[in-house]
Amino acid sequence: MLEAALEILSVLGRNRLRTVLTALSVAWGVFMLALLLGAGHGLENGVDWEFRDDAVTSVWVRSGKTSLPFAGRGPGRDVRFTNDDYEAAGREVPAIEYRSGAFYLWGEFQVRHRNQHSAFDVLGVHPGFRHVEKAEMVRGRFLHDVDLEERRKVAVIGTKVRQSLFGDDDPLGKRIEIRGLAFLVVGEYEDVGGEAELRKIYVPITTAQLLYNSPERIHSLVFTLSNNDLEESRLASESIRLLLARRHDVAPEDRRAIRVHNNLEEYKRLTAVFGWIHVFVWIVALGTLLAGVVGVGNIMLVAVAERTKEIGIRKAIGATPRSIVGMIVCEAVLITAVSGYAGLVAGVLLVEAIANAAIELPLFRNPAVDLRITWIATLILIVCGALAGLFPALRAARVDPIVALREGD
Amino acid sequence: MSPSPGAVVRLEAVSKTYRSGKEALAVLKNVDLRVERGEMVAIMGSSGSGKSTLLNILGILDRYDSGAYYLDGRLIRNLGEREAARFRNRFVGFVFQAFNLLAFKTALENVALPLYYRGVGRRARTRDALEYLERVGLSGRAHHRPAELSGGERQRVAVARALVTQPELLLADEPTGALDTQTSYELMDLFEELNAAGLTVLIVTHEHDIAERAHRIVRLRDGRIEHGDPTTTDEGHPPPNGGFPPC
Ligand SMILES: Nc1ncnc2c1ncn2[C@@H]1O[C@H](COP(=O)(O)OP(=O)(O)OP(=O)(O)O)[C@@H](O)[C@H]1O
Ligand SMILES: [Mg+2]
Repeated sequence: MLEAALEILSVLGRNRLRTVLTALSVAWGVFMLALLLGAGHGLENGVDWEFRDDAVTSVWVRSGKTSLPFAGRGPGRDVRFTNDDYEAAGREVPAIEYRSGAFYLWGEFQVRHRNQHSAFDVLGVHPGFRHVEKAEMVRGRFLHDVDLEERRKVAVIGTKVRQSLFGDDDPLGKRIEIRGLAFLVVGEYEDVGGEAELRKIYVPITTAQLLYNSPERIHSLVFTLSNNDLEESRLASESIRLLLARRHDVAPEDRRAIRVHNNLEEYKRLTAVFGWIHVFVWIVALGTLLAGVVGVGNIMLVAVAERTKEIGIRKAIGATPRSIVGMIVCEAVLITAVSGYAGLVAGVLLVEAIANAAIELPLFRNPAVDLRITWIATLILIVCGALAGLFPALRAARVDPIVALREGD
Repeated sequence: MSPSPGAVVRLEAVSKTYRSGKEALAVLKNVDLRVERGEMVAIMGSSGSGKSTLLNILGILDRYDSGAYYLDGRLIRNLGEREAARFRNRFVGFVFQAFNLLAFKTALENVALPLYYRGVGRRARTRDALEYLERVGLSGRAHHRPAELSGGERQRVAVARALVTQPELLLADEPTGALDTQTSYELMDLFEELNAAGLTVLIVTHEHDIAERAHRIVRLRDGRIEHGDPTTTDEGHPPPNGGFPPC
């Protein structure tokens, strides 16, 4: 094998320019493949990043003004959700896994601990909100049903809140002042949603309602669904919408009065688009590779035609057809594999460099080339090289030494 | 009839016809030929008389249509390509008019190439190739490429390449055709020297003074071996090993 490789190298070395040009075309193809795959991966990561914040299966329902007359009532009426809506949804839509209402304490509040104070968003929520937001507890606990029942003045704070109010101190059991009322900190959470998500304070929704003197009012409803099948998720969010429409005398087709945002639907839509981009990337990349391989095959064919004399001589001194086939195929494999691998390495390095440069683009993040794919690509390259060499090799094996040797030098 | 142990080459009624389209050209017609071990035979004949065809059949580069060819007692007929290649590599060495060296390889690499196809390791290959280059007086030019060598030197590299596998038979098709007289004679000196050491040599040539140096001249005319006056066809040099009478 080594012997054969050395023999081939001596042949390839003879026509350096052609070897280099062939190698370049393959290297370019694979380089593009790596780049496109990296970019495709970056897009996928970008989509996942956009959706990193909340549970993928979450459904957000907000209320608005009616836009259609219904049940004898004119349009332009405000729809307001209540605690009963929250209860009814839980009762009547079995696909719901976790649910929560949200009661916004409008505007950022001056929140104070001793002499530290800063402005944060404060939300009244149910315990299920933790699953919707995918909040990870780092200290203490999230809100409990008991907190809601007893309308306790407890608060769960984001890590950023803790940092600005408590520094590195443990906030548990400490009191913070919200709108002049003292709340006991019972937990601290992390959220991959980023800075803004960590500057929030969650309090029991009942406490928040009491604070604003509207004990029944809920601003929006959020749910997670137990199933991440798109069709079922659509059906579930539709049945939530219709349920709320019925409860509030809203026309079933009035999508302005009750706005449903199905996260999964958005996610699936984007991932479907990127799935197609992915397919497209592969087609383009494989096409480029194929062009490279055809190029190698073509050049090998030319090389074989030019080398009939050499092949004739080799046969006259005892080369078997098999050794001739082996020689040509190995040449093709060597060119394809070595240059392809070089292109791959170059492509991967560039993708890494782009990833490290941390260029901020919407829907594009952490481009990367899967190492497994690089191995598969190398394998494909070897196979392609062999295929590219096979046809010229078979032609070479058929060279008649007598005819070849009779040709002039 | 069992082949005699001394005959390196035995042709019995070998015929060869080239067919191109409707036309058929009988190039060899019932050729009988016997070459004993250690003989040096010249093959002469006008252009197109079939000399090269005969030599190619002897060297297993070409097939024949009928008759029988025994090389060193083995019947050579309808061999597969693979086997033919193996036999070529083992039993025959070729020297061509046009040298047919690989231009991108050095003299040493050219000489070593047949051993590569025999599966000899690199080191042994280089050693043997150097030895044979030395025998043809070219060890000093081992690392030159053919383009850097004179015609005579190239042909001697070709001879070394033909000999490196220690063949039974050296076949030379007009080896002096591209050389000047002086160089031709030097090459013939080399052939004689090798022949004296026991090698069987067949040389196709147009030149009488080259043919004169063989033990025997075989004349081809229209695909047949001429059986003329034995005193003029046989030049009377006895084979060195006392050998066998020509058939
Ligand atoms: N492959 C072939 N197909 C058809 N005819 C051929 C082929 N090879 C040789 N011939 C013909 O066979 C005849 C003998 O050719 P060959 O080469 O043996 O002659 P030669 O005696 O070596 O001649 P020269 O002295 O010119 O080399 C010629 O007429 C040639 O045209
Ligand atoms: Mg000839």
